[in-house]
Amino acid sequence: MDLGPHAAFIIASYVAAGLVVIGLIVWVLADHDAQRRLIKDLEARGIKRRSGPVPP
Amino acid sequence: MPLIDLANPTRFLALTARLLPWLAAATALAFATGLYLVWFKAPDDYQHGAVVKIMFVHVPNAWLAMGAWTVMTIASIGTLVWRHPLADVAAKSAAPLGAAFTFLALLTGSLWGRPMWGTYWVWDARLTSVLVLFLMYLGVIALWRTVDDPARAGRAAAILTLVGAVNLPIIKFSVDWWNTLHQPASVLRLGGPAIHPAILTPLLVMGLAFLLLFVTLHLAVMRNEILRRRVRTMWLMQAQEA
Repeated sequence: MDLGPHAAFIIASYVAAGLVVIGLIVWVLADHDAQRRLIKDLEARGIKRRSGPVPP
Repeated sequence: MPLIDLANPTRFLALTARLLPWLAAATALAFATGLYLVWFKAPDDYQHGAVVKIMFVHVPNAWLAMGAWTVMTIASIGTLVWRHPLADVAAKSAAPLGAAFTFLALLTGSLWGRPMWGTYWVWDARLTSVLVLFLMYLGVIALWRTVDDPARAGRAAAILTLVGAVNLPIIKFSVDWWNTLHQPASVLRLGGPAIHPAILTPLLVMGLAFLLLFVTLHLAVMRNEILRRRVRTMWLMQAQEA
């Protein structure tokens, strides 16, 4: 595939988009794990919410 | 399930837990199809050559840059008028996603502009108004981090969001109202798209893929925000007991 004389600009655009999207996905998953861990930790210490445990 | 039931965060968590795997799969499928069409089917443009491939990431990100603020605007009305329990969660969760998509629209626009216009940046109405949008996203994110109480932060951020919504029509019509290097609207315009179907189809598929990505991530970030507020409530309960 010939991307012509401006190939670096095209590739840089797709690499940047890929990195940002992957970064967002990693951030969302890591944040989810962190919040779940905090809730488990607090529940293990006997702190319970009045409305019961958190669903999946 | 009636729509009003989604106002309950616990039901929202249960519903989205079932929905998210399907949305993630649909997003991956849409991206696979879109990228195949872009890299193996879409022809080069007669003026831009292969550089037109940048359009397939630039335009969907530009749409989402404005779309995320529109979601925040609607959610802000929900916060201020109806005090919907998930409205400020939705607004807060859309802000970092909107900032990321706006950043990508600016970056890919610059990378497209350099070979086509001979410059990465010009201070014209379209580029400047999108830069203002990006700064407004950062401002809203900063405001949320400044105020500790989510309810107070939500109301302040909602007002800022509604004020910032004035920028959306300025961005949209900037290419019509002022002289600019940026091309006028060629997809969302009166009279229909001005792009050949061979290029329009991959663009729309990539647009759908990015839209599905936004919906998926938005729901996931909203779930995280609900959990964060539960952690905060539990910490407060622990502090009261101590």
